[in-house]
Order: sequence, then structure tokens, then C-alpha cells
Amino acid sequence: MELTALTAAALAEKIQKKELTAKAAVQACLQQMRRLEPELNSFVTIDEKGALAQAEEVQQKIDAGELTGPLAGVPIALKDNLCTEGLRTTCSSRMLEQFTPGYTAEAVRRLQKAGMIILGKTNMDEFAMGSTTETSYFGATKNPWNLAHVPGGSSGGSCAAVAAEECFLALGSDTGGSIRQPSAFCGVTGIKPTYGTVSRYGLIAYGSSLDQIGPIARDVMDCALLLDVIAGWDAKDSTSIRQDGAGGMPPGGYGFAEALRAEEAAGMVKCLQGLRIGIPRDYFGQGLDPEVKTSVLAAAQTLACLGAEVEEFHLGLVDYAIPAYYVIACAEASSNLARFDGVKYGHRAAAYEGLHQMYKRTRSEGFGPEVKRRIMLGAFVLSSGYYDAYYLKALRTKALIKQEFDKAFARYDLLLGPTAPTTAPRLGESLADPIQMYLGDVYTVAVNLAGLPSMSLSCGIDPAGLPIGLQLIADCFGESRLLRAAYALEQTRTERRCPLAQTEQPGAEQTIFAPAGPSDAGSEPAERSE
Amino acid sequence: MKQYETVIGLEVHVELATKTKIFCSCSTAFGGAPNTHTCPVCTGMPGSLPVLNRQVVEYAVAVGLALNCSIARCCKFDRKNYFYPDNPQNYQISQLYLPICRDGGVEIETSAGPKVIGIHEIHMEEDAGKLTHDEWEDCSLVDYNRSGVPLIEIVSEPDLRSAEEVIACLEQLRTTIRYLGASDCKLQEGSMRADVNLSVREVGAKAYGTRTEMKNLNSFKAIVRAIEAERQRQIELLEEGKAIVQQTRRWDDNKEQSYPMRSKEDAQDYRYFPEPDLACVAVDDAWLERIKNRQPELRAQKLARYRTEYEIPEYDARLLTATKEMADVFEAASALCGKPKKVSNWLMVETMRLQKERGMEPEEIPFSPENLAKLVELTEAGTINSTVAKQVFEEMFSHDVDPQQYVAQKGLRTVSDEGALAECARQVIAQNPKSVEDYRGGKQKAIGFLVGQTMKAMKGKADPGIVNRLLKEFLEEE
Repeated sequence: MELTALTAAALAEKIQKKELTAKAAVQACLQQMRRLEPELNSFVTIDEKGALAQAEEVQQKIDAGELTGPLAGVPIALKDNLCTEGLRTTCSSRMLEQFTPGYTAEAVRRLQKAGMIILGKTNMDEFAMGSTTETSYFGATKNPWNLAHVPGGSSGGSCAAVAAEECFLALGSDTGGSIRQPSAFCGVTGIKPTYGTVSRYGLIAYGSSLDQIGPIARDVMDCALLLDVIAGWDAKDSTSIRQDGAGGMPPGGYGFAEALRAEEAAGMVKCLQGLRIGIPRDYFGQGLDPEVKTSVLAAAQTLACLGAEVEEFHLGLVDYAIPAYYVIACAEASSNLARFDGVKYGHRAAAYEGLHQMYKRTRSEGFGPEVKRRIMLGAFVLSSGYYDAYYLKALRTKALIKQEFDKAFARYDLLLGPTAPTTAPRLGESLADPIQMYLGDVYTVAVNLAGLPSMSLSCGIDPAGLPIGLQLIADCFGESRLLRAAYALEQTRTERRCPLAQTEQPGAEQTIFAPAGPSDAGSEPAERSE
Repeated sequence: MKQYETVIGLEVHVELATKTKIFCSCSTAFGGAPNTHTCPVCTGMPGSLPVLNRQVVEYAVAVGLALNCSIARCCKFDRKNYFYPDNPQNYQISQLYLPICRDGGVEIETSAGPKVIGIHEIHMEEDAGKLTHDEWEDCSLVDYNRSGVPLIEIVSEPDLRSAEEVIACLEQLRTTIRYLGASDCKLQEGSMRADVNLSVREVGAKAYGTRTEMKNLNSFKAIVRAIEAERQRQIELLEEGKAIVQQTRRWDDNKEQSYPMRSKEDAQDYRYFPEPDLACVAVDDAWLERIKNRQPELRAQKLARYRTEYEIPEYDARLLTATKEMADVFEAASALCGKPKKVSNWLMVETMRLQKERGMEPEEIPFSPENLAKLVELTEAGTINSTVAKQVFEEMFSHDVDPQQYVAQKGLRTVSDEGALAECARQVIAQNPKSVEDYRGGKQKAIGFLVGQTMKAMKGKADPGIVNRLLKEFLEEE
């Protein structure tokens, strides 16, 4: 088995047992990047030197017995909206093309403490605004399952990198589906935790009341392990949730992975007995790809076989989630992105006369069209005379949507539906029609509005060879329930590795990425300049 | 000419005396090199998040309680969006929809008696940085040391009718806030800034006139001048049949004139919305109770108590309670020596004289109440006479010396040994035949000179009463 195909958990175990070194893991990732990046473009910045230096340091600590955590020595990629001290953080925008933060995001600091190795920063939709990773200033990332398709977004780089085995794990951020939707499109597993579970300190904000950092991995256990590392109260983020031992949250951490291991040890037999799963009928209506529908309903059958009580129900206000989401997210974005003005850091126009022109030119040049569109929309809905009609109404809608979920969770432990209405669209298809692109977020945005935890995992492959994802939603702080169901479901599926990731291509699977053209994608190790 | 009434409302910004900023732990100290009291939060770095300083809430609540406001049990912050380089995020975190305090009042003294000025609200917000334009280099520089310094804004109702009332109101606010220790409230240094909203209307009119807002008022004198000028300007416009434009004006105190800054038409749309990075501030019963219990006795309560407890004149009580520092020294020293009238005299005469001479603020009292009490005791016991006492006081004021030790070390005790004094008095009589002759010739006042000479010979340490008596005796004798 190739090294990059290992799960993070298996890799870390081998490193602890001295069967492998952290350096070997980093080198395997770098090798994969050399092979795939020219085509895939999942990274904005690869920190080769830094990663090797970290590997050295981490290995010493592992050898000294100082680092024994379950992810020590595992290389990870970070979405490029997470601040990293001394390492360029661009948000995939021209505005921050040369921006190097002076501090590290809390979630990243926790990774470092756990002995994880940062490989680099992954591509994303500019300032996380988009669903395809095509709005990046650094060019689109491609879907590793089919290079003619998008990886989804905005955490498209992170999900593509995990699927293509350029890294073992990645962090993404999710404001309206930005972890779950690309996870579905790239056939990986991603969690948007309950709002407040992971500190947002150092995450460059898009929609502050909706943004959450979350893990992206190739399987459920890895996701749980990574969530254990990053979750927890942080004094620097006033919206982070305090664990005080009450409410079922142990003060020593969440222990998600441990719970799964216990489940596994118990044999997983009828492990979902008594679990009530609701399927919102409203998520299976018009616009849903039949292939996606079939796969998700098949997964529902499987869950029922595992002992869960699965039934359909009506979830209200589904059609109102998208307008409410775009009003709130854009309103917050218009304010959050005001700081990018050329005064303190980031891009500044070369020539201007006076302050006003400096602002105008800097921002006109620094931001791409999707970012401008959302800033304008946000400024509009907050402006005097429109605030009540748009922003306040959206806030009320948000509260009502939360109530709908509350009603649902009075009857069900989990909700199940598709992550996205279709599999990954072709490159260039979505940007032509932004409204259509926004509508693709129909299943994911309500979760952010309600602050709920939700998870996407792979449940099939469509005839074009593209992964299909399903979404599980739990009530606030129900991550362990999500993980348990996902884990059980995962056990019933045969592992499917992304063909592109495999260095020794079995002939039969060559055809899967044939539409992209270059069959020699792997043969030429290309240098990448930073 | 018609009779006009002036209607004034105030917006008073007060910089709070916290050690650290409102949303980060940077120092609020004055005078650091540019951008040294800064961090990712107060320079608006991407990804940084604000965390509220609890002390800011406590000060705001303390001021609100002192001004009889109702305290919001759950208040929220809002973002005020506008682009300007002194504001690193291009939004200011302030409170619009749910401010911390509402519906209070401040009682002022006017020539027509006491009057209550309504307080509409008090809200918390952050200060901006400082922008300087370098003409020589033709560039602008920004210093974020002040960015994120906590402010409260006190908004009054339009209840004020004259400059006199405005000054009385501001002084009352300043005294109260200083008593609470929430701010030093210095107008010149900008830790208290007042904007004046002013309109005029015909006496008896029900509706308010169109108002203007006056900014850049850096002293009480400037405020008085600006109010007079703006009142005149508006009345003249009305008399000419012209309309008043609702606008913000900037006062130039050197030219004693104001200039329009911006009118309502081009007023910015601040696009306020709830700050999503901060949770709502819940002031629960226990917290409110703790703040209430810590409230010091305020000036009005002190005045009332002084009247009955110390039996000192109203005028003295007012002066002594003008600052909490002075009142504290007064009360502590009085308690120690049991002579409030004497303590009061030292504070009102000598202390205030020296403060004035040395350009010190009324709250700067450089000696301890213990030492002042000792000085009073020394004088009362006759251990030193009043001349020596003044000398000791000056030393105490300058170096906070212990009067007992100082008197002992310098040998300043009054000589009341009659033998020594008598000898000295006889010498003085012998040396000043002219004065003796004058006295005996009926010029009673001539004795004053002889007393002075004796005191001088005794280096001031003689008991002047004894000297007087002895001289009289000797002069009558012969």
C-alpha cells in the first residue's frame, strides 16, 4: 500500500511504533503534490522547507516520548483563510496576495500542539465566497475524480488535496456549506461543527455569525480525531462555547474518536438501534439529481438495516434558507471585508490621488467580481431604509428556521439528506449564472443559520465517476451522534480510493479521468514556485 | 425682535480609566511611541476577534447608576460602518439598538434653582486611532495606540436652555464620574469631549427648531462662546427669514466662529447592524449588586452629610467636596484629629493656595491625611505657633514630611519658658527706646513692633500670647 493512502490514524500509529517517520510522510505528500499540483492546483502555498523542519522537530519529540497524541506527525493542509504566523495567508485573493500574518489562528495552534505538520495553504473561493473554488485569484482547483469538473467550494482546495492524497487531513471553513459541499464533490468526509465549537480566532471572517472551522478527512475516524484536536473553548473568541463539564461536555475535551473506538470495540452490531432518523421530504424535490437521490435513499435503507428508525417528514421553510443566508452572510461580509483598504496591509493601488481614490482603486483591483457582488449586496441590505425590509427580516427568518429544526429534533436524533442537489458541475458552468450557483446551497445553508452540526460523507459514485455525498444533521452539540451514524454507515461501504491519487494506476480505472485529457499527469514532477 | 429660547442637548464622550483597551489587553497608557500599544485586535488584522473588557461594563453601569439610569440586563454591541484610516477595521464597535443605560437624569443648580436634565442613554464604544498628516513628506501617518480605548457616550435629552446650564451639567457629570473613578474627565486632554446640539425657537413654541451639532469644543470657555455664537447665528438667520440647515459644525475657538463640516444630506449611512463577534452582555442581579455595593458616596450625599456631621459652612463643604480626593483627605484627617474646622482651614486656605501657585489640579493632594492631622494636633496643643505651622505645612506639602518628626528635628517647638522669654523681651525693650516711648506716649499699636522683634529674636518659636503679655507687663512696670 502506498504511504499516502494510509488514514491519518494508521499513519500516526506507524510513526509512534517507529515503522515510519514524520519526514517520510511529509516527503510522500510533497511527492504527490509535485506529481499532481500542476493539474490539480489545490494549493496556493506549499511550505516545503517549513514542513520538513516541522517534521524534524516533531519526530524528535515523538522519539523523546513527548508527543504521543493520536495525530502526532501527521501532515495536514490548511485552507488559506486560516492565519499562519510567517506563512502567507491569501484568502485566494489578490488583496492578500502578499499578506503574511503576525499570528497563528487558534485552531492551527492546537494542531501544532498536537504535533501535526503544516504542509501549506489550500486554494479556495476568494474570501470563501463561492461554491466551486473558481473565484480564486490563483485559478480554479480541479476535481481529482474528474479534472474537467470543479471540486466544489469554498474549501475546494482542502477537499481536493485530501482526496488526491496530497495530505492526510485538512482544515476547511464552512459558512453556508463550504466544507460539506466540496467534501461531497470530492468524495471525502467533512464536518461543520456546532457554531462555537471551534475557535474562530485567526479565521479571516466571511460571515462571522455563520463561520465555523471544521475537519476534512478520508474517513469518519480521522474526522473525529481531528475534531478532537481543534474543538474547545477559547478565551479569544467570545462566541466560542465554554465546556464546563455541564451539558454533556467533559472539561478534558470532547473525546469524539474515543467514543467511536468504544463503539467499534463493542462490535457495532445493531449499533444504531433506537436512533431516530428523519428524512426531510422537502430535500428531495425539484432540482435533485436522480442519481444523487437514489444513492442517498440507499444509504437511508442501510441505516435502517443497522437498526435506525428512518422516516420521512416535512421540514418547513426550506425555500427561505437561501435568501436569508445570502442577506445575513453578505451583510456581515460587507463589514468584515471593509478592513481591506490598502492602509495597513495587503494590496494598495499603485497610483491614486487622495484617500477616496486610494480606497476605490485598491478595492476595485484587489477584489474579484463575486466578492464585489456580495459586498454590494451586503451594503445594500444594511443601508438606511432597507435594513428592516431585508436584514431584520432575514434575522427573523433565521430564528424561524431554527424553530423548524427544533421541532424536527423533538422527534428525530438525526436528519438525513443529500449534501448538494447534483454531483460536481463542470468547470465554468456555475459562474455564468450566480443565482443558479447560490441555489446549489439549498441543503447546506439552513444548518449554518441554525448553528447546527452537520457532516457530509460519500455514499456513491455517479456514472461520470463523480462522488455523491449525503448530509447528516444533528441538534446543537450532537457531533458524537453524527459521527456514530456516519461511522456505522461507513463500515458498510467498500473503500473507494480516488484513482488520481494512485501512483500505480490499475488499467481498468485509467478511464475514469480520461475526459481531462493528460494521461501523463503523473509522470512529470513539476517544481512549484511560491 | 421676537423672544427666542435656546434648546440644547449634549453628547458627551468620556474615556474610561481602564488599564487595558475595551476589546484587547493592550495598555491604554498615554504617550507610548506610535503603534507600540497595539495588537492584531486593535489594528484590525484579518481574523482577529474582540473580547469585551468587563471593567468597561462596570464603569458604564456605575455611571449609569449614579445618573439614575435603568440598566439593561442584556445589552448588545453594534457595528457602525464608515471608512476612515484612523479606524482600522473601517467599522467602530458601538451600541445603537440596546445600549447599556437608558432614561436617567442629572440634577444641576441653576440661578432659578435645581433642575433635572434627562439622560437619554449611555452607551459603550471604542475610540479611534490618531491620524497625522506630514506636510513635508506629503504622507499621512496613523497611530493606533488610542484605537480601542474604551469610551462611554452620554446622550442628554434636549433639556438645557442656556450656556450656564450646559456648564453646570458638564461640571456635575465630571464631578460624578470622577467620584466614581471611571475617568479623569479632562476636556483639554480629550478624556471628556462634549458635542453640543443646539436649536432655537420662539418662546412659547411647542415644536423644536432645526438643530446643528457643534464639535471641537476643548474647554468650558469654548463651549460657552460656541453656544452664544451659534445661538446668535441661528436667530439672525431666522430674523432674516432664512432656514437653518441641519448640519454638523466645527468650532474654531481662535476665530470664535464655527464652520459647517457636513450637512444632513451628505450625512453618512453608517449601516449599523449587530456585532456578530460579541455575545450579548448579561448584567445579572449578582453583578449589578456587586457594582451597587462598590458605589462610593457621591458629592450630593457627602454635602448633606457634611452639613450635619461637621458643622462647617455650606461654602466650605462645597469646596471640600469638589473632588473626591479632597473630601477623602478631609474626612480621614478630621477623623484622626477630631478638628474638622481646622482641617478644613488647612485644605481651603493653604492647600488651595499652594495648588494654585504650583499649577496643580484640585485632586492633587501631595500629603497624607495622617500628616495633616498631626499638624493640626501640634498647633492645637500649642507645640508650634501658627507661623511655624505654615512653614511646616509647606514642607509637608512639598515633601510629605511627618510634622512631628520635622518639628523635633528642626527644633521648632514653641518656647513657652517664661524665664527665657522674659529675658528676651527685656532686651528688646532696651534696644528699642523709640517704640517704648511711643507706647508709653499712648500709641498702643507700637507694641506690635516689639512683639515682632521678640518673635524674631526667638526665631519665631515663641508663643506670641505669652510674649504679648510679658511685654505689656514690663512696659507698664517702668
